[in-house]
Amino acid sequence: MKKNNLYTSLSPDPGDTPIIAEHISKSYNKGTAPALSNVSLTVKKGELFGLIGPDGAGKTTLFRILTTLLLADSGQARISGYDVVKDFKQIRSTVGYMPGKFSLYQDLTVQENLTFFAALFGTEVATQYELIRDIYDQIEPFKNRRAGKLSGGMKQKLALCCALIHKPSVLFLDEPTTGVDVVSRREFWEMLQKLKRQGITILVSTPYMEEAVLCDRIALIQNGQLLNIDTPSQITGTFPAALYAVKAASIYTLLKDLRSWNQVESCYAFGEWLHVTLRQHTGDARALIREYAAAKAHQQVTVQLIAPTIEDSFIRLATTNPLQHGTPNQP
Amino acid sequence: MELLINHKSASPADNNAVIECRDLTKKFGNFLAVDRISFSVKPGEIFGFLGANGAGKTTAMRMLCGLSYPSSGHATVAGFDVYRQQEKIKRHIGYMSQKFSLYDDLTPLENIQFFGGIYGVPARVIKERSRELVRSLGLEKEATKLVSGLPLGWKQKLAFAIALFHQPRIVFLDEPTGGVDPVTRRQFWDMIYEAAEKGVTIFVTTHYMDEAAYCNRVTIMVDGKIEALDTPASLMQQFACDNMDEVFYRLARTARRKDP
Repeated sequence: MKKNNLYTSLSPDPGDTPIIAEHISKSYNKGTAPALSNVSLTVKKGELFGLIGPDGAGKTTLFRILTTLLLADSGQARISGYDVVKDFKQIRSTVGYMPGKFSLYQDLTVQENLTFFAALFGTEVATQYELIRDIYDQIEPFKNRRAGKLSGGMKQKLALCCALIHKPSVLFLDEPTTGVDVVSRREFWEMLQKLKRQGITILVSTPYMEEAVLCDRIALIQNGQLLNIDTPSQITGTFPAALYAVKAASIYTLLKDLRSWNQVESCYAFGEWLHVTLRQHTGDARALIREYAAAKAHQQVTVQLIAPTIEDSFIRLATTNPLQHGTPNQP
Repeated sequence: MELLINHKSASPADNNAVIECRDLTKKFGNFLAVDRISFSVKPGEIFGFLGANGAGKTTAMRMLCGLSYPSSGHATVAGFDVYRQQEKIKRHIGYMSQKFSLYDDLTPLENIQFFGGIYGVPARVIKERSRELVRSLGLEKEATKLVSGLPLGWKQKLAFAIALFHQPRIVFLDEPTGGVDPVTRRQFWDMIYEAAEKGVTIFVTTHYMDEAAYCNRVTIMVDGKIEALDTPASLMQQFACDNMDEVFYRLARTARRKDP
């Protein structure tokens, strides 16, 4: 079964599966700092695929390998049917890549940057204007400003325009929304939905778990390993326990009390609520939790059965995966 | 050398606001970066300071930390005046940002000793408490290795512990949990709660809206002004939203000055 999968996925129709990564491993500092271990994923044509994980999980390393900027220690990858090692030139001319770090020319203006990148790819801004118009309109008033003088949100939009200027079939966006406020983040995801509708395949990484639901499929990554790959609803739908949201007047005391209760399997703060799973128990879980909280003299106790979020699933997978490490003192 | 402030002592000052701010304003030319903001923060309070990019958060925070003079208005931090006593403010607050908090090419122990020394903690106290701190953070094995090799989450916990090492009455945290994994992020908040319970005032900015709900009170800045200031529960009620993310979005999208 595994073998069969490997065989079929290594020779798929590149028209259907523009991104294929198979068993990618990479370490730095002569093997002492593992960055990725045995990462495999495929992204289908027209898919908006999210790579979700914290800093240091290996997201950027994977992006750099897939965009031919870094060699993997082992494993293979194909972009639009091209091998990331042998065919790097073809890949570079067909993909768009927006690195996490702002990488445009700071002392060229908005317009000069755009013209420059168009020329590099042998095209003209006018030819590709339709694709970038929605985004470019927002920075057009600043077209004579130097890129280095733009605000974060504007830089991000310019970088996206430059990544799109040669009408790439595959777009790689490495943490485009990191450090950006909620309003700009929503705008950015709306832009991505529009690009997706134009048939562009998008691989996007983010440390914000709540952005996962905006993707068609996601891979959760931590410490260089994929914890799961699926649709967001499938990932939350297979959460293996009943999850309860609990709150009381004194939330921090409640958190400490619940964690010290041997009936509690996990307890994490989620905004104004605590998300709780119980060990094997008899009777109604909500009543059990309410009774315990009452016995500890908590006031205004509310307990609800809730549907898990991606962040619940991520925490569950990260803390129960025996291969995971690096999160000491787990509660 | 000044005496260490013991935040647990029941001095009369403890009943006063740790930050008191009236019509605090900062102009750059004609640009009103911070427009007459007023609030006060109590001892042991976790005070969330939110706003879209460009709303004026950083400028306000720089004034409160004694790094920039206000154009007008009044403010005291830890009892010291933001115009006349900037150096005293710096000495009596803790500060941690996502970026510039630790020296990568020093060990955790050296970082503690270095910052302890900067803040004038006596050498004897540094010696005693740094070992103890390393132990309580679970960093014994890493104590003599360079900070650069530590996972990000550990660095942030260490940076927070160092910001508290000289026992300030207030600590400013500028996006302390950016990019950290969900479990470590919550462990970090455990540390915040623990410090607040001991009476330390926490002034924190964040882009994670679930974290806004962990604060006792939250301000939301829009275009240099404070547009909302209340407990998360009251704000959600007031704006008829289910979560802080929606509250923030409702307020911040009205911003006219999106980007400077």
